[in-house]
Amino acid sequence: MRNKLQVEAIRQGTVIDHIPAGQGIKILDRLQLLDSDASITVGFNLPSKDQGHKDIIKVTDRKFTEQEANQLALFAPSATINVIDNYEVVDKFKMALPDSLLGAFACPNSNCITHNEPVDTHFSLRAHQGDVRLKCKYCEKSFSKDIVSGL
Amino acid sequence: MENRLYKRDIISIADFDRKDLELVLETAAQLKNSPRPDLLKGKVIASCFFEASTRTRLSFETAVQRLGGSLIGFSDAGNTSAKKGETLADSVNIISSYTDAFVMRHPQEGAARLASEFSSVPVINGGDGSNQHPTQTLLDLFSIRECQGKLDGLKVAFVGDLKYGRTVHSLTQALCHFGAEFTFIAPKALTMPDYILEELDAKGIKYSFSDSIEETTPQVDIIYMTRVQKERFDETEYKHIASKYILDVDSLKNAKDNLKVLHPLPRVDEIAVEVDKTPYAYYFQQAENGVYARQALLALVLNEVL
Ligand SMILES: [Zn+2]
Repeated sequence: MRNKLQVEAIRQGTVIDHIPAGQGIKILDRLQLLDSDASITVGFNLPSKDQGHKDIIKVTDRKFTEQEANQLALFAPSATINVIDNYEVVDKFKMALPDSLLGAFACPNSNCITHNEPVDTHFSLRAHQGDVRLKCKYCEKSFSKDIVSGL
Repeated sequence: MENRLYKRDIISIADFDRKDLELVLETAAQLKNSPRPDLLKGKVIASCFFEASTRTRLSFETAVQRLGGSLIGFSDAGNTSAKKGETLADSVNIISSYTDAFVMRHPQEGAARLASEFSSVPVINGGDGSNQHPTQTLLDLFSIRECQGKLDGLKVAFVGDLKYGRTVHSLTQALCHFGAEFTFIAPKALTMPDYILEELDAKGIKYSFSDSIEETTPQVDIIYMTRVQKERFDETEYKHIASKYILDVDSLKNAKDNLKVLHPLPRVDEIAVEVDKTPYAYYFQQAENGVYARQALLALVLNEVL
């Protein structure tokens, strides 16, 4: 229960829990949460039973789009998303690394055709030695997730 | 043989499995032996070169003509609406509505895959930036099969610029279907990229690295030469490198009898002219084979039954 007390409960919105410690700040940045007018409560480096330490992000009055959830999976595949309504968890799902990502990131290859044309980027994902590799469907180049996300 | 390529887009060699490759090679061999000027009769083929490439274009256009088809298109994007800012998607959408197949070359990676999503007819990739050039790989494979009488279990050495050479990358990937074994000979700065080596590891393909063409020739069936571009090095470094990665008659003195030398052409000075007269040279036949490989593809994509 101590964890719950460290970060205030919200009435309505989304709680991203079990984020690997250190990834929380990247998620805030990546999903541009700070640019939105949603009110956000964050906890960094909180004690966690299974992870040792974890980050947690609570966003009031906001549900995540599928695209945002996909981006999230890339940084924090072990995270859980809790949808909160009237202080209750009404929906809970675990992040899973998707097979592909559509339109979430620009292709790092500056000569890739996707930069000039009316299409969504499309990366297929594959785990590789503890990292994730993203392969562009168009230019067929592979990149690490850090390169694709620019973080 | 079942025509698995009928109405298919030809974008990347990675889309081909062993059976697809065998079908193209078998068809190319048949067309080389007995011409079929009827296979594209009444068909109009777009040949759209958004980037100039005279050899590839002439090879494609010869293939179309030898099969009885007719051509529309352009040989560089200079005077087209692409220059005025029209998207490739729109150009392809419109041009494909006039034609039965769309052959294209484009300076940007992924252009062919994108085109296939907006084209109402099969797209054949004649090269998209540094990405794919599948017909080059098919003609390479066809030439290897022709000069060795088989494709399975061959030992192949690649020499030169293995980092940027897309023909090298695609040919290695294609040869993996036939249990090849590779030797890579390249300056450190131009060695085979990690992602290709990872793929070879994952498939259990054997490969090694060597510093010397001469020491490698007695062990291999094919030497595939590529050009090391001067501009990638400073002058003294280049002189040192160039001498090491030039194939001359001397470096072939202990070669196996069946060894053949391939090169995607044009060559500059990486194969000494004296090699042309040896029985090992096969690069001019290889260039000629480009027309047969392209004929085979066009014929298969546009005819359910040949
Ligand atoms: Zn790309």
